[in-house]
Amino acid sequence: MKKADNNGILFLFKGCTKGLKRYFLLAALCSFGSILFNFLSPQIIRITVDSVLGDKEFAFRAAEYAVNLLGGRNALRSNLYLCAVAVFACALAEGLFTLVSRLSLSHCTESCLKRLRDRIFGHIQRLPFSWHTFNSTGDTIQRCTADMDVIRNFIANQLLEVIRITILIATALFLMAGMNLPLTLCAALFIPIVAGYSGIFFAQISKRFRIADESEGELMSFVQENLTGVRVVRAFGRERFELDRFDEKNNKLYHKWVDLGYLLGAYWGIGDMVTGFQVLTIICVGCYYACSGGITLGEFLVFVSYNRTLAYPLRRLGRILSDMSKMKVSCSRLCEILSAEEEGDGENVLSADGIKGDIEFKHVTFSYRSVPVLKDVSFHVPRGTTLGVLGATGSGKSTLCSLIDRLYDADEGLIMIDGHDIREYDRRSLRSKIGLVLQEPFLFSKTIAENIAIAKPDSSMEDIRAAARISDIDESITGFANGYETAVGERGVTLSGGQKQRIAIARTLICSCPVLIFDDSLSAVDLGTDARIRASLKKSAKGSTVILISHRINTLMDSDNIIVLENGRIAEMGTHESLIAQNGIYRRTYDLQRAAADTQEDI
Amino acid sequence: MSENINYAKGFRLKTWLKLKPFIKPYFLRLAALITCMVITAVIDVILPVFLSYAVDNFITPKTTDGILPFALLYFAAISLSSVLVVIFTRLSMVIEMGLGRDLKRACFVHLQDLSLSYYNRTPVGYILARVMSDTGRISALIAWSLEDVFWSIAYVFSAFVSMFIVNPTLALIVLAVVPPIAAVTFFFQSRILSANREIRRINSKITGAYNEGITGAKTSKTLVIEDRMTKEFGDITTEMYKANFRSARLSAFFIPIVTFLSSVAVGLVLGKGGYQVMGMAMPLGTLSLFISYSLALLDPIRQTARVFSEIISTQVNIERVFALLEQPCLISDTPEVINRYGTAFEPKKENWEPVKGHITFDHVWFKYPDGEDYVLEDFCLDVPEGTTVAIVGETGAGKSTLVNLACRFFEPTRGRVLIDGTDYRERSQLWLHSALGYVLQTPHLFSGSIYENIRYGRPDATDEEIERAAALVSADTVASKLENGYNTDVGEGGDRLSTGEKQLISFARAVLADPPIFVLDEATSSIDTETEQLIQKAITHILKGRTSFIIAHRLSTVRLADIILVVDNGKIIERGSHKELMALNGSYAELYRAMEIKESIGGTNAKRPPS
Repeated sequence: MKKADNNGILFLFKGCTKGLKRYFLLAALCSFGSILFNFLSPQIIRITVDSVLGDKEFAFRAAEYAVNLLGGRNALRSNLYLCAVAVFACALAEGLFTLVSRLSLSHCTESCLKRLRDRIFGHIQRLPFSWHTFNSTGDTIQRCTADMDVIRNFIANQLLEVIRITILIATALFLMAGMNLPLTLCAALFIPIVAGYSGIFFAQISKRFRIADESEGELMSFVQENLTGVRVVRAFGRERFELDRFDEKNNKLYHKWVDLGYLLGAYWGIGDMVTGFQVLTIICVGCYYACSGGITLGEFLVFVSYNRTLAYPLRRLGRILSDMSKMKVSCSRLCEILSAEEEGDGENVLSADGIKGDIEFKHVTFSYRSVPVLKDVSFHVPRGTTLGVLGATGSGKSTLCSLIDRLYDADEGLIMIDGHDIREYDRRSLRSKIGLVLQEPFLFSKTIAENIAIAKPDSSMEDIRAAARISDIDESITGFANGYETAVGERGVTLSGGQKQRIAIARTLICSCPVLIFDDSLSAVDLGTDARIRASLKKSAKGSTVILISHRINTLMDSDNIIVLENGRIAEMGTHESLIAQNGIYRRTYDLQRAAADTQEDI
Repeated sequence: MSENINYAKGFRLKTWLKLKPFIKPYFLRLAALITCMVITAVIDVILPVFLSYAVDNFITPKTTDGILPFALLYFAAISLSSVLVVIFTRLSMVIEMGLGRDLKRACFVHLQDLSLSYYNRTPVGYILARVMSDTGRISALIAWSLEDVFWSIAYVFSAFVSMFIVNPTLALIVLAVVPPIAAVTFFFQSRILSANREIRRINSKITGAYNEGITGAKTSKTLVIEDRMTKEFGDITTEMYKANFRSARLSAFFIPIVTFLSSVAVGLVLGKGGYQVMGMAMPLGTLSLFISYSLALLDPIRQTARVFSEIISTQVNIERVFALLEQPCLISDTPEVINRYGTAFEPKKENWEPVKGHITFDHVWFKYPDGEDYVLEDFCLDVPEGTTVAIVGETGAGKSTLVNLACRFFEPTRGRVLIDGTDYRERSQLWLHSALGYVLQTPHLFSGSIYENIRYGRPDATDEEIERAAALVSADTVASKLENGYNTDVGEGGDRLSTGEKQLISFARAVLADPPIFVLDEATSSIDTETEQLIQKAITHILKGRTSFIIAHRLSTVRLADIILVVDNGKIIERGSHKELMALNGSYAELYRAMEIKESIGGTNAKRPPS
């Protein structure tokens, strides 16, 4: 892949246009057809005026032929409705062409956009974990929605329009030039003026529009903060202060838009002026030529009519030109996402389906954006045992989990599962066998039952409830008005952090993985619930290898083996009893948590 | 977001009349705007007359005599029209933004008065849409679309006047085509509008799906459901394709049909008028004039149809905005109180009595506005100045009820709450709120610097005072860790800080306000051990010399309380000091013992709740 290819609209739509090109061609051809018939109608009027009603020579042989076919000039004079019928026929043909053109264009662009949206979404899903860590969520969403809209607008409304307008102007000028060259030059003189003027104005307008839009965003976030912080506002009695700040932002919004209004007014006013002046010029110069015999009356009328057809497309063209630069920016922003490489697998992939869960770290070192996170970490978790991990924030606990799930790959050293380097396994099959519960679980906006069954959609309600019971959330769920059918997220209930964690645990348990990793996933539940969950886990996940990460000694103390991480290294390792005896970090944390309990005993 | 208001199908004048007070200040400008539009329409009708004049007076007689005054007049007409465009664009923008600003302000002011129960049951996104986008739709309709209707009506009217003057027979022919064009236009317009609404609805679904797909991407990976998510997304985009195609199909049929209908008019005029021209009954210019009019009538008819469907759809926006504006305030001050103590925006602080902090619940009965049962029945409690009250119980047991009543976020259904011996309903809300320090479980900070956030407690505080307040509750440790110290922007909602850090800042904010009454809803979420200790220290400091209510989750905090209230199922089941409650050997003692058993098993955690 050449680098230059990764930036343009062609790269963006790669693979999205398959089978659609002919529709686009059809749309363009039909659009051309509709333009031709659009231009034919004034010609019929011209011939009627000049050569049927008047006595002029026929302008084209074709017209003479057509008139003769209908019985000649005199027959037409007594059957003028035939001219009217010709006008209808033209309009009908134009209409049909427009219809086909619009339908095929719509099919073409909308299919193309659907494929593009799907492609971007799928691509984002398949991008590596590290990409998601480095890129801001808000920015990515912004690109997928706002930038996508810009591109949609361009593809759906302007791409064919550019072609259409170009054909329109060329055809009109060609036909006009056939009638009278100097008059055509007069009309053509305005083309660069109108297009240039609209382009320049539009660049200015979009700039002010952006400013106005930003001030709207500012007001929006201010109101949002005021609403979410309403209790603080009330409790400190700061309504006046808030209102003053609101007024300031609200007035700013007003002024920015009114500023834009000035510019828009000037743009439209000047546009009308230039267009009007163009028509005036054609009429006056046309009169002069008509009087001096340069053109006939019918030709004069056609000229005026063609000239009018030109005016609006010209103004649009200027706008499209300035929109094109916006489109290019959006395009490259989306291409940045698309050119990030998806997660791949090596060639010799091993299925992880039958893994038992014997995990071993051998001198594992890992750096995150060139900051060392794990240094020479080695440990062994025999199948079916529990490993506890204690460590301060930033000690590398979460990274440890990510490495086992192959969300990242280690820089040095070896991670083995059942005696195989984990890089030999197929990534996805490995992940489906490792149940990792993240520290801040994300629930999807579906029902609770669907959330729990998300990784195993064919689960029965019994399985779902069983998993919920183990994670001690069944009771809370049945307490909701809609039970398991309660929707999660914006449209549904607001769950507490602890409830979210427990649902996340349930959705991991339902897969019955041989390896379970809890990355501080009990932090938001109280101690009693924590103990209950661990007890029922012990029963249900018998035989699974479990890794528990926590800063609560209580959570860790029952583990078969405990490691204490400090600055990416294993500082201590052993059972609860041996670590207590060691008088190290573990002991200090234990004492601290113990002391807090002691003070409470005095109550 | 739930939509509580039903779509009103027909036009309802009553809804529109509600806008009257808001439109009133712009009445003159609106009148000027409409005048502009009418004059513009008349000029638009006159311009084709120039062409027909040129045909009949210059081209047919083959003379250019008098073309200069003709050109000047034409130029004057287009100049006037252009100037009018500049003026009406400005006026429309001023009216749109002015009206929008006034509506937004009215909503905002009302929101500052609405009781908290409204906020409890209404999602912020829902309110935000009322304040920001619904008001925008309404003002855009008034400022732009209604004017288009005036232009259209004036245009159609003057075009027919012009046609009837010139040639009544042909005018009748053109007039005959108008009803079918209008019928077709209205038929399609309403369908196109609803198709577009559908597109917008699916579009927001797509945005939501992107949001979820990107925010939840890490989770999708760990659960290996990337393909499923992508497939589900594909279903939505297919829906989008269908909706877009449906809308495109409608307009693909609509535009050719009306264009064809207008060419029917052109054809008829050409046929009928041609005979008249041949019989010298009509000059040729007139024919061209009629052809221009037949083509130009399309636009105003379309505009009118569009605006009519807009009027119907904007009605919903008006209903939503006024549903917010007419939302009753459950708690409001009586006129006498406002007279003496002022409103939230215009306080009369000179009349305020100082607050000492003696709070009495005097036979208070209370049920929530949306609840059926009383949660407090004949509740009496005397909290003398400087007393600390701790409220304990399970999550969701209703611990915040008392706090809500004490803060007058809710008022008793029956009975009274006395502050320093006076029913607080005889004082203004702001009077009480100004005497409150309030720290929430999930502390809320505003975007801005740490200075600004702490200063929220007392606007006239100097930087030194802020730093002193921060130091008292160890919030200085938060500032010192940030790159610009106290000047660091904390991000929207304070997102750059952890929960614990936000809490320390909000303590500093409360300390700076130095309130006689302090309310604390303790955090339950996990906070690292070090910050936890700082917070405990800060609480101890703040409670000194203040009447305090604490919704407690930590035993170390309960220990500081003079009175402990145990809440279960919304009701207060036990009250007294720790010793009394232990002697009572009831729920509190049970909770306490359960905790002791747990402690005997092994180490415990400072964050453990007393349950």
